[in-house]
Amino acid sequence: MASSITAPQNGEAPVFYLRDEHPHPEGHSTPLGFWIYLMSDCLIFAILFAIYGVVGANYAAGPAPKDLFDLPLVALNTAMLLLSSITFGFAMLMMVQKRVAATQIWLAVTALFGLAFLGIELYEFHHLIHMGATPQRSAFLSAFFTLVGTHGLHVTFGLIWLFTLMAQVGKHGLIAANRRRLMCLSMFWHFLDVIWIGVFTFVYLMGMLR
Amino acid sequence: MTSASAPHSLLFGRLTLESIPIHEPILIATFAVVALGGLAVVGALTYFKLWGYLWREWFTSVDHKKIGIMYMVLGLIMLLRGFADAIMMRIQQAMAFNGSEGYLNAHHYDQIFTAHGVIMIFFVAMPLVTGLMNYVVPLQIGARDVSFPFLNNFSFWMTTAGAVLVMMSLFIGEFARTGWLAYPPLSGIAYSPDPGVDYYIWALQVAGVGTTLSGINLICTIVKMRCPGMTLMKMPVFTWTSLCTNILIVATFPVLTAVLALLTLDRYVGTNFFTNDFGGNPMMYVNLIWIWGHPEVYILILPAFGIFSEVTSTFSGKRLFGYTSMVYATVVITILSYLVWLHHFFTMGSGASVNSFFGITTMIISIPTGAKIFNWLFTMYRGRIRFEAPMMWTIAFMLTFVIGGMTGVLLAVPPADFVLHNSLFLVAHFHNVIIGGVLYGLFAGMIYWFPKAFGFRLHPLLGKFSFWFWVVGFWFAFMPLYILGLMGVTRRMRVFDDPSLQIWFVIAGVGAFLILLGIVCFLAQIAYSIWKRDELRDVTGDPWNGRTLEWATSSPPPAYNFAFTPVVHDNDAWTDMKRRGYVRPLDGFRPIHMPKNTATGIVLAGISAALGFALIWHIWWLAAVSFAVIVVTAIAHSFNYHRDFYIPAEEVVQAEDERTSLLAGSRA
Amino acid sequence: MALRKVGALNRLRLAALIPMLAVLGGCNLVVMSPAGDVAAQQRDLVVISTVLMLIIIIPVMALTVFFAWRYRAANKQATYEPDWDHSTGLELIIWAAPLLIIICLGALTWMGTHLLDPYRKLDRIAAGRPVPAAMKPLEVEVVALDWKWLFIYPEQGIAVVNELAAPLDRPIHFRITSSSVMNSFYIPALAGQIYAMPAMQTRLHAVINKAGRYQGFSANYSGAGFSGMRFGFLGLSEGDFDAWVAKAKEAGGTLDRAAYLELERPSENVPVKFFAATEPSLFDAIRNLCVQPGKMCMNEMMALDAKGGLGLAGIHTTLPLAYDKYTRRGGEAPFGAQPSYIASICTIEEAKAMLAQAPADTTPRDLTPMRGLGLPLPALTSRRPQSFSELLSQARPSNS
Repeated sequence: MASSITAPQNGEAPVFYLRDEHPHPEGHSTPLGFWIYLMSDCLIFAILFAIYGVVGANYAAGPAPKDLFDLPLVALNTAMLLLSSITFGFAMLMMVQKRVAATQIWLAVTALFGLAFLGIELYEFHHLIHMGATPQRSAFLSAFFTLVGTHGLHVTFGLIWLFTLMAQVGKHGLIAANRRRLMCLSMFWHFLDVIWIGVFTFVYLMGMLR
Repeated sequence: MTSASAPHSLLFGRLTLESIPIHEPILIATFAVVALGGLAVVGALTYFKLWGYLWREWFTSVDHKKIGIMYMVLGLIMLLRGFADAIMMRIQQAMAFNGSEGYLNAHHYDQIFTAHGVIMIFFVAMPLVTGLMNYVVPLQIGARDVSFPFLNNFSFWMTTAGAVLVMMSLFIGEFARTGWLAYPPLSGIAYSPDPGVDYYIWALQVAGVGTTLSGINLICTIVKMRCPGMTLMKMPVFTWTSLCTNILIVATFPVLTAVLALLTLDRYVGTNFFTNDFGGNPMMYVNLIWIWGHPEVYILILPAFGIFSEVTSTFSGKRLFGYTSMVYATVVITILSYLVWLHHFFTMGSGASVNSFFGITTMIISIPTGAKIFNWLFTMYRGRIRFEAPMMWTIAFMLTFVIGGMTGVLLAVPPADFVLHNSLFLVAHFHNVIIGGVLYGLFAGMIYWFPKAFGFRLHPLLGKFSFWFWVVGFWFAFMPLYILGLMGVTRRMRVFDDPSLQIWFVIAGVGAFLILLGIVCFLAQIAYSIWKRDELRDVTGDPWNGRTLEWATSSPPPAYNFAFTPVVHDNDAWTDMKRRGYVRPLDGFRPIHMPKNTATGIVLAGISAALGFALIWHIWWLAAVSFAVIVVTAIAHSFNYHRDFYIPAEEVVQAEDERTSLLAGSRA
Repeated sequence: MALRKVGALNRLRLAALIPMLAVLGGCNLVVMSPAGDVAAQQRDLVVISTVLMLIIIIPVMALTVFFAWRYRAANKQATYEPDWDHSTGLELIIWAAPLLIIICLGALTWMGTHLLDPYRKLDRIAAGRPVPAAMKPLEVEVVALDWKWLFIYPEQGIAVVNELAAPLDRPIHFRITSSSVMNSFYIPALAGQIYAMPAMQTRLHAVINKAGRYQGFSANYSGAGFSGMRFGFLGLSEGDFDAWVAKAKEAGGTLDRAAYLELERPSENVPVKFFAATEPSLFDAIRNLCVQPGKMCMNEMMALDAKGGLGLAGIHTTLPLAYDKYTRRGGEAPFGAQPSYIASICTIEEAKAMLAQAPADTTPRDLTPMRGLGLPLPALTSRRPQSFSELLSQARPSNS
């Protein structure tokens, strides 16, 4: 086709239209579109990180990170999310091999790790609020709860999406549309992982050092 | 949970009968007019049995052309509201002298100037710009639709849902009294407890979802859907500017979303991001909102620049001068627009070096902008200029915009800004660039592409009336504001004590009245043109001797835009085709693969509006229910795998044959 | 050298002003003819920049009109080159011409911004008149209230609402803050504006050269009473200024904390009011949001935060807000806590008593296993204070 669209040099009328159907298969823009969405989402996190950077040390004469954070717990939490990323990777490998049952199993394992992550995070939040370290206590705590909570909210929606996709794979199998959707969710899930590494580093680890 | 002073019921939240402003005669009259007008429209639609047609063919349509037109209708309706606010402000400021309080109290006046700014930027300029891009870009790149047609419909309805929330605030409760960017701490819960700021937040958040998604959609469309042969440097300039604008949208609207979300948390949960106490910092909001706010200005102006490029080239009968430098100028402006936000608050007390840096980056933007102006100039040079309405708007733009640009650079000099910041000089400046740039561009674009969209031209004479009223009205309305700014008059004032100022406000009021006539003439022009559409009919699909692909198809284009995917060899693809003997294909048509209409977009947006309303009025049960319904609807929609269909070949043949006979008729 | 350049440009400025003045003879363009040296220099910058830009704007406008007329479709004599779309030379010019102007303007901006930085101490009273070495600036503390202005004269000990006076040709040093929301302190005849922000302080240096009564106001919308937030600014001779101060002294009344809290309540179009005496540290208390008794000052809070906060014991140092400033205009967040403030630590005994309430929480958790045994605390953070008295001795208010 490449040759047919260049203008002939010898004066005869050039090709101005394609007689064949246009080469835009369904969903061919989706990966790009989803990437752009992820980048816009990344920007939201960038703002939350920036805010945390600005007011993260404004404790309002209240508690500081080292008074509040329980690093072993957070490390466990991080492990859950990282493991869920690995298992999602296995699910994608199974998907490429068109093995429906194995894909579903790995997706389920991913969901379990995701739920564990959420559970630990909710426990941490509950613990902090119970102590009195509420989001209202200081700008630091506002920024902390908002940044970590926004990530947790993303994981929640990722899980809803994951369950939806499991149902859809169960219903229709690994058809092209479902593979595309799994690919998008995979990007989303790994993106959340990357964000969490940022949270773990800048909020928890560096918070303990401050 | 709630203070004792604010009544709160489980069923209605803080919404009470007192929230309906029955004590405001102006609002009651407005409500009567809007209600009567609305009833008349509803009645007419019912009488002519148009509801089904509207629902099937428009509201649920995923056709980028219909969505584009709906965006334009939304923008024009909201223009009337925004302009009504403008003229009310002008009358108040012309009256409130010598001890007179004018006719608006502070409560009402402060809402009006806030609403004016919010509506004009978010619900007039944005829909009009998005609408034109939606309509024109796929046609210009030889595509059949955008990348994500359903998302396109959803984006439009989300924008509309935002507009509906703003309009609701007129009759239920009140709008924000904070200025259009709602700086905290004034917009915080401590100083603005009323639902006004909540209306502001949720209207912008709901509309912002639509804007961001439509930005992603159009980037993908431009990157992925171009027809064969259209390399990046063969794209029409309007498509280039649209690409840059949408990149800006995707790269800035999340900032707005985030910063408004934080303000929301401050207001609803009592966090301390932008409060004075507990370690919060209001200036963080000011910085962040302008990191969105300044690129927003370029989001609006870049497509207008694209329109001027198309119009100048078409009506000068000449290739665009300096296409490459035009493209690079656009890209440079896109990037630089991120590096200037602080010039909106030099007076915050940043150091001299910081202020100088942002002042100088701002000035640097004027270099590519100046290059663009020169490019249009030299496109006219050695051309054959036809003074149709779009070209007149373009020339008016060039003469007006340079003055706005000049005052803009002036305001970028920090010490000069210290004396002119927040003055009416500033107000005059940004109206000078937004009216003289964006709005003139939109008028040029609307008139230019109107025959493409509807198959007949707009009546030229009324268009000229509209043009002259606008242009003259603009000078009357805003030159006095420049002078008042130099007299040290600040913006957002409700009453004045220096009687020597009054004459200038009266002149500005006269200008606003002339602009009103301009708007009336524009609407009359549309109405008259619909009436006389047979005389103004364009059967060729190419009424202006256009140069880009959109003119290669019929007016209005068929649902599938092009029966065969075009192949492009030159920047001015259609001129090239005309020149080198393009012959329209008459046979060999195939079924065409197209997306199906869906009601999910309008349903989701409707529930989003309900969610916004519930959150504004603290009706928690409704918020929870509507949120759950949104999630369930979205999931249910994802279970639908049959989103496309084929237009049968016979229908394509029929449509193309009709066009063939029309073309034959026009030649005969 | 720079001065000579400005002198030459001054002449240019005058030339440019003539037609403007002719048109606008009738009205008082205070920004273009101010009475203070700072504003006059800012005006010069406005004019010079405008003239610089007109160098390019006027030819563009003229060419637009000329090309539009010359190449109209009806003019068949004019050359028509439909495919002419590129000229390297021309493109160089159209990028270089604005670039040159911007280079000039950028240099002017850099210089002007640094010279006219509102935080910079004045070195001249007017053109060619340096500030005498012995002359100390007049100190004025400015507070934007809802919706009026409070001016405190620490040297004279007086305070005035909605009227400001200054002796001619003596530098004035303003320290500016706000009690509730953002405002902008602006006297066009004197100098450019600067924001007045709560819990923050901005500065402005200026001088008034001509006697007279000028308008000052808030240039940043701050709520319902904003339009009436205007005050008179009096440029007075030395003697008149002393008389004005004496008048304030005669008026009697003391602006102490209680009087301030009364004054601070929202009111509109407030007439001029004098106070013969003020509490000395009032401005700093306003700036640090701790006029009301028992509330922790911002600088104290920031010093504590710099030391790492007050630990878990600090969680409960908030007290319910009885004073209504933060709810006066408004309500509270539906899901927020009750309005509260952070209690100041008045005495060490009190602080110790508070600590005693939650003794278990104050011992830092042993985090060595997570941090790794070999990893020391970074040098940046100081050792955690072991007791409150030690902490308070470290927490020196740093209001420089």
